[in-house]
Amino acid sequence: MGAHLLTNYGEAVAMILFGIGFGNLLLQNNLIKKIIGLNIMDTAVYLFLAEKGYIRGRVAPIVTDGVQQVEAYINPIPSGLVLTGIVVSVSVTALMLAITIRLYGRYHTLNLDEISTLIKKGGQ
Amino acid sequence: MELILNFPAVSILLCLFAGIVSSALKAKGAGRVNLALILTEIVLQFFVLIQTIALGRPYVYVMGKFPAPWGNEIRVGVLEAFMALFFCVIMLLCMLGGSREREKELETGKQHLYYIMIDLLLSSLLALVYTNDLFTAYVFVEINTISACGLIMIRQNGRTLEASIRYMIMSLLGSGLLLLGICFLYDLTGHLLMSNIKEQVQLLAASGNYHIPLIVSLGLMSVGLAIKSALYPFHTWLPDAYGYSTLSSSAILSSLVSKGYIFLLLKIFYRVIGFDIVRESKVINVLFVFGIFGMIMGSLSAIREDNIRRMIAFSSVAQIGYIYMGFGLGTAEGVIASIYHVVSHSASKSLLFVAASGLTDASGESCRYPDLTGAGYRNKLAGAAFTVGSLAMVGMPVFSGFISKLLFSQAAIGHNFKMLPTLIALAVSTILNAIYFMKTVIRIYTPPSGKEEMAEGRVIAAKENRRKSAALVCFIALNLILGLNSEPIIRLIRSGLEMFG
Repeated sequence: MGAHLLTNYGEAVAMILFGIGFGNLLLQNNLIKKIIGLNIMDTAVYLFLAEKGYIRGRVAPIVTDGVQQVEAYINPIPSGLVLTGIVVSVSVTALMLAITIRLYGRYHTLNLDEISTLIKKGGQ
Repeated sequence: MELILNFPAVSILLCLFAGIVSSALKAKGAGRVNLALILTEIVLQFFVLIQTIALGRPYVYVMGKFPAPWGNEIRVGVLEAFMALFFCVIMLLCMLGGSREREKELETGKQHLYYIMIDLLLSSLLALVYTNDLFTAYVFVEINTISACGLIMIRQNGRTLEASIRYMIMSLLGSGLLLLGICFLYDLTGHLLMSNIKEQVQLLAASGNYHIPLIVSLGLMSVGLAIKSALYPFHTWLPDAYGYSTLSSSAILSSLVSKGYIFLLLKIFYRVIGFDIVRESKVINVLFVFGIFGMIMGSLSAIREDNIRRMIAFSSVAQIGYIYMGFGLGTAEGVIASIYHVVSHSASKSLLFVAASGLTDASGESCRYPDLTGAGYRNKLAGAAFTVGSLAMVGMPVFSGFISKLLFSQAAIGHNFKMLPTLIALAVSTILNAIYFMKTVIRIYTPPSGKEEMAEGRVIAAKENRRKSAALVCFIALNLILGLNSEPIIRLIRSGLEMFG
């Protein structure tokens, strides 16, 4: 068990980071900290994918110096997935920030609980 | 006939294209494009359904002609085509029913954005129904989330903003878990196409290697999608989101968005993992327990509510619980019951939202119970429609809800130890449903006594808002068809499920 953890330390770190990000997104009250948590969580998944796609001693799959053997390059699909994932997480982050700005403009606080209390008190 | 094979892919691309075109149009033009789009989609899906029934087997459409392990695929069977057609019809009726509210409640200059969101939402729903690629499914899940969030927050007030950020937070937690599950599965199998993953998973299961990672990945994907479709403990965002957004949004969110995720989960169970492995994994027992909790707790919250739209929203929590309970039974019969409930709940819940707005229109825009007294007399069609929807939800014979409850109990009978909890939960939940829906129906048919302080109500004739009346009549007809003529639909679902895996 311990030996596996040591050889796959990249994946282990990715899972710890995922936990940290998930906890932050779920439990923080401050909206900005929530968004930071979201980004940590997503980045952890990309780290996991990159770690899985990397093969020691090989390089990124861009043909250089005419070397065309498959053995020279790593698997490009995980990198492609990471790229797609980054696009998704950028857009959701932008959307979250936009809503946060709207809420801050209306209630002058970033604390989600305070916002809920203000809404319950003020009706609209 | 060769041409029809292209329709599923074309229908998804058409939605995306309509979204792009609408961004350059004004509100009216975008609305027309949207209406034309949904009508076209209905025709396309209808042809696809006829074609798949005639074929009698699923067919695979290869995107860009890259062969199987590398390219992206669309796989169409009877069940997919039926769901796509049904989603498009409900979408059309929801848009028709809420057109007056959209004109009134959305800021001028932003209305065309609403139609873009609807176009994108439709594209993502169709893609979730048709795709055979797990990562494509993830990307469209995110598109679905973003456009649904847009639908909530386009009516700008504090409550919808708060609801949309709560919705986003919950959804992102769910999609984080889903993404992680997909990555695990890709790591284990080396494939992203669902059919290829299933081959590898069967080999893995037979060899007994990597059992724990496989179960973990299945658990992550199930929990992620359960969070996104508002299964009981994750429903906190739901009442505000459904209760305060504009009418078409509430109806579409409750009847379509959550159903798209449920359909994807079904696909993961059947086509990616294989239902035998899912049944042995005990993951469905967790879904079963939460489903039962949801059935009871959602109804209890709905009883306490004094705002009619929030009451309907809480009843959604209970109905989602039914669907997960059906999955949790772990038999094909249970899954068929769940799919039928997806259909019947979509038809009756959107009917309830549209009818409730008709009632509130006749009561000075107030959603509170005391103001709704006698609203059924002031707006006769909406009152009748609300009664039909309520009876369908409670599960009276003749209406759609009865058939799904019948199917659930038939599926439960003979099950070793899940029979008793299922039947008890069905009975309790039916009584609770009856309490809050019949309370409302009695309220809207009580003549106002004059003693109570009333918000000024006015009489609304069916002619006044023709589009809403047409939508209500269609919804009522749909519910009656589902209730009276269920046999062919169940047969369709059964044959679709057989070719689904």
